[in-house]
Amino acid sequence: MSALSDAALRRLRDAADAPDLSGTKYEIVGRIGQGGMGTVYRARDRELGREIALKVVRLPEGAPDVAARMMREARTLARLEHPGIVPVHDVGTLPDGRAFYAMKLVRGAPLHELPATSLAERLRIVERVCEAVAFAHAHGVIHRDLKPQNVMVGPFGEVLVMDWGVAKVVGEPASSLGADGVPGTDHSAEPSTGHGVVLGTPGYMAPEQAAGDSSLVDARTDVYAIGALLRDVCTGNADGSHPDASGDVPRPLRAIIRRAMAPEPWDRYADVTALARDVAAFRAGDRVTAYNENLFERGRRIAVRHSTPILLVLAYLVMRVTFLAVFGR
Amino acid sequence: MGSFPATRHSVVAGIASADTHTRRVAFDALVSAYWRPVYKYVRIKWRRDREDAADLTQEFFARAFERGSLGRFEPARARFRTFLRVCLDGFVANEIKARGRLKRGGEVSFVPLDFAAAEHELSTHPAALGAGVALGADPDEDGLFRQEWVRGLFSDAVAALRASCEAAGKTTQFAVFQRYDLDDSAEVRPTYAQLAAELGIPATQVTNYLAFTRRELRRLLLERLRSLCASDEEFRLEARELLGTDPASRPA
Repeated sequence: MSALSDAALRRLRDAADAPDLSGTKYEIVGRIGQGGMGTVYRARDRELGREIALKVVRLPEGAPDVAARMMREARTLARLEHPGIVPVHDVGTLPDGRAFYAMKLVRGAPLHELPATSLAERLRIVERVCEAVAFAHAHGVIHRDLKPQNVMVGPFGEVLVMDWGVAKVVGEPASSLGADGVPGTDHSAEPSTGHGVVLGTPGYMAPEQAAGDSSLVDARTDVYAIGALLRDVCTGNADGSHPDASGDVPRPLRAIIRRAMAPEPWDRYADVTALARDVAAFRAGDRVTAYNENLFERGRRIAVRHSTPILLVLAYLVMRVTFLAVFGR
Repeated sequence: MGSFPATRHSVVAGIASADTHTRRVAFDALVSAYWRPVYKYVRIKWRRDREDAADLTQEFFARAFERGSLGRFEPARARFRTFLRVCLDGFVANEIKARGRLKRGGEVSFVPLDFAAAEHELSTHPAALGAGVALGADPDEDGLFRQEWVRGLFSDAVAALRASCEAAGKTTQFAVFQRYDLDDSAEVRPTYAQLAAELGIPATQVTNYLAFTRRELRRLLLERLRSLCASDEEFRLEARELLGTDPASRPA
């Protein structure tokens, strides 16, 4: 036979590890990405004639419960019906014994690959992330791996929070859903979720999460990660390596980031909604709770916030003075 | 295609055997799996011309057989693939130094080696494109050797798959696999519906046939890989890199 081209070799390597979809309504279109424990494929639902994302988890050694945990993840996602959270369509087990779930195929680009946009637009994205995460928190789910790679921005500006594979469900005995393989994750840890096991991404993990103390992980852990996300969108740095926002970032925004990323959970915003309110306030030119502005800054902010009426009044006064100077003698 | 003994690790164990026949069978399998990467590696990394590279490839295996040098492999120190490449580097370096001396081992021959086919494959190699094979720019040594080794493994497995499908009267199954996973002719992958229409079968059969052939390909690949690894650990490491998965995690 003729030599295998590099492209054919790539396809064959994918094909040899492709899930067995015989007997299902899905067909593989291509591989989207692979993580520590599973693979996400672009697939076609023949019955509904649409493309979906098919997440198939590999069964690692020593973790026979991973399929069950994947089902839990799917069920948790299914109950988080929110425009900012990717919906699950189907779950099941393939003929080769691998668990899978089908979800909406998200088109667009992850936040860190987004073309340059205005600061206001980037802040709007962070607010949308806050809304989705706040909704999850209200349902007892802590994401635990928020980072630019896990925020997808669609072609119409829609914002979706992805990869809930290491999420923690508050109140459930096994305190997480387990690591997964959605693209963008780089979990090196095994899917164990016990005390001392670190799940998440360095640079976005709150200190209590990095220490592996799962009992201290709560909504404020996600507040920290969103603070890191905010730092990235403000500085244009998406690799999480900058310890502080700096440079041209306005002081109130820096204060928001500092409060969100405070080392101690109790020094952070109490919840994601409070953080979102401060971001929205900054965007609207209002006072933010994280920053104590001085009189000059306050005056300047008010001047900027109300620049149109102030300019109108000033114009009126100038006209009035001119009128009086010319005709008032 | 060389024969692959059924027992696990037989190739690597076999080349160290005291029994000449066992050693010979193992060497045939070894040469089948490695001659292409060895030839291409000598061409690109050592920048030897075609004849020289072909001679060096044959001499390398012949001398290794005669002297039993590959049988001294220690699994604890490296993967067999890496060990073989290091042996090859040493061999070629010595040969270049000792040019003019009488060649040894040339009379020993193994499975037929199609150097012309390998040369044709090489003509599409990125390191050779545009500059002529012998002028390849400083290639990633292990990457190059590994890539060609993987290509050889897959080529063998695909050939075996084709043969088994033909023997079992499953030519349509192989045709589906060939059109969907093998062919480079189409820029865009055909849909299952298009393939079904083209081959006159239901779309669900395309799924089933692909599942079957991919499962077989995986089995044949792992079977070959297993025979070329010296330990379970090496096999699993290689399988993970080859397929991105742990072969122990699900049925092969």
